[in-house]
Formats: sequence, structure tokens, C-alpha cells
Amino acid sequence: MRKDEFWEGVRGGFPIMLAASPFGALFGALAVDNGFTIADTVFMSATVYAGASQMVGIELFGNHVQPWLVVLSVFAVNFRHVLYSASIAKYIRHFTPIQKFFAFFLLVDPQYAETEKRGERGLPVTFPWYLGFGLVIYFPWIFNTLLGAIFGQMIGDPKAIGLDVLLPIYFLGLVMGFRKRDRFLPIVAVSAVASVAGMHFVGSPWHVSIGALAGVLLAACLPPTGAVAAPPVAIEKEA
Amino acid sequence: MDPQHLNLIYLIIAAAVATFVTRIGGYVLITQMKQIPPRLEAALNAVPAAVLTTLVAPAFVYGGFDVAVSMFVAFAIALGLNLSTLRMLVIGWVVVMLLRHLVL
Repeated sequence: MRKDEFWEGVRGGFPIMLAASPFGALFGALAVDNGFTIADTVFMSATVYAGASQMVGIELFGNHVQPWLVVLSVFAVNFRHVLYSASIAKYIRHFTPIQKFFAFFLLVDPQYAETEKRGERGLPVTFPWYLGFGLVIYFPWIFNTLLGAIFGQMIGDPKAIGLDVLLPIYFLGLVMGFRKRDRFLPIVAVSAVASVAGMHFVGSPWHVSIGALAGVLLAACLPPTGAVAAPPVAIEKEA
Repeated sequence: MDPQHLNLIYLIIAAAVATFVTRIGGYVLITQMKQIPPRLEAALNAVPAAVLTTLVAPAFVYGGFDVAVSMFVAFAIALGLNLSTLRMLVIGWVVVMLLRHLVL
């Protein structure tokens, strides 16, 4: 293992680790608020390691949504990673199978962006560099989750300190990050109306599947635009 | 460990596997890529916005006056000034705390 390349990766990932830290702590506090133990919370950050989808997961779990739908939603929110791993394939083909396993596990949004940038510039994408960049984000993410979870467990009433508005606003920010995609407004409008109607007439947790299905069906039924899908904006910066 | 808690552990593991599948999937697919049907692609493309909207709209409608106001203010300012999600969260939190502890 080349030490200098590893440390170059660590230096590159450091500012991203700082930017992601509040989200790790926020996830920890909200997961405990949604019925997770501290151990569950840390376990999820260590194994799933995808911020936005972890937030979606705890919110749905807290609302007693059916497990298959929780997993499907996590899959859907993370679906963009398929594009990432396809896109960086040409730069990491020389990794060994074990190295590829770790590389894909650590493939979060900034990891993708930096790998792509490095490869495009013609710089070597070595495993030590990749690992240094990835681990300096991964371990603090778990540690910040733990801090947030411990803090969250000390809070009696989450409403009194305004914790309850954070998840809806966070998801609103994620939705806005997709606003450059095709048919964004009609999909959001239909999903919003269908989910509120579902909440009113059927009840939680069915409003999630009803609203999501309505938006997805609309997208499938509208005539294709032929435009290339725009990547999500906000999610890439913060997830 | 009680069965309900065990179910949560299984759920987290399933979510981790689903996430790993998305992270390795593109690499596996790229070697044998065929065309994705346009309607399927459009549907997949719509999934995140559609799912996430269902977590926002009911909270806005049924969350109470203070939640709705803070969501709207955070949304309007973030959209107008093109702010990051973190700043949007801070704005929404400040508004809801003002409403709860000073105004209402």
C-alpha cells in the first residue's frame, strides 16, 4: 500500500467529512426519536452508509410502513449509485475483487465525484487513494451518528427543541434537488395530492405507497421526452 | 432480543444489501449493457421525487400551523437564494422555535 497516496486521499476527503458531520449527528438524533436504539442507529450508519436513504428509512420505520416498502424506498433513493458504479468502472477495473468490494461499499456521492474528476484529469485512481478518501468520511460518519444518538436519547420532548420539523424540511430539500429532472413539477404535484388523499382516506403508512405509485405511473404514462436524465443536484452534495 | 427488535435488525441488513446492490449494479450492468426501455427509465427516474414528496406533503398539510409555516419559509428562502439543504434546515428550525417559544 502506498502511504503517500493514502494520505492524499485522506486530505481530499477531509472537508467533505466536515460538511457531512451535521447530517450524521442529525441522523443519529432522529433515528433514536423514531424508535431506534443507539446500537441500531450506529449499526445502520455502519452498514447502509448512505445518508439520505437512512433518513428515509427511519422516517418510514417510525411510521410503521411495511418492511418491503422501507427496503424498496432505500433502494429507490440510492438508485443513482447504479449510474456511479457504471461510470467509474473504467477507472477502477485494475482493482482486485476484494478492493472492488470495499470500493463499491464506500461509493457515496462525493467519492464518485472525486473519482470521476481524478480519472478525467488523467491522474491515477489507485486503491490507497480511494481508501484514504473513503475512510476519512466513513469512520467520522459513524462517530457522528453515535454522538447524535446519545444526544437524541437525552431529549425528552423532541417538539420542544424543534426536532420534528427537521425531517420534512430535509426531504423537501432533497425533492428540490431533483427539480431539473424531466416532468418534475407534474410528478411532485400528483404525488403530493395522492399522498395527502391517501393519508386522509386510507391512512398512514399507505399514503407513502399510494403517493409514490401515482407519481411513478404518471412518469411512465407521459410521452417520453427523449432527454437525458439530469443527475440529482442536492443529493449529490449532501447525501 | 425480542422478535420485533430482531425484525428491525433484519430490516437494516436488507437496506444495507439493497444499497450495496445499487453501488455494484452499474459496474455489473455496464459489461452487458442493453437499452433500458424509455418508459421504464422515465418511471425509475421519477421514483426519488415521487417517494420523497409523500414524506413532505402530508407533514405540510397535517403537521400543524407552526410546521407548515416553517416549511414554507425555509422552502421560499432556499429556493430564492439557492441555499444548501443544511442552511434550509437551520432556517426552518429557527422559524419553528420562534413560533413555539415566542409567538404562540
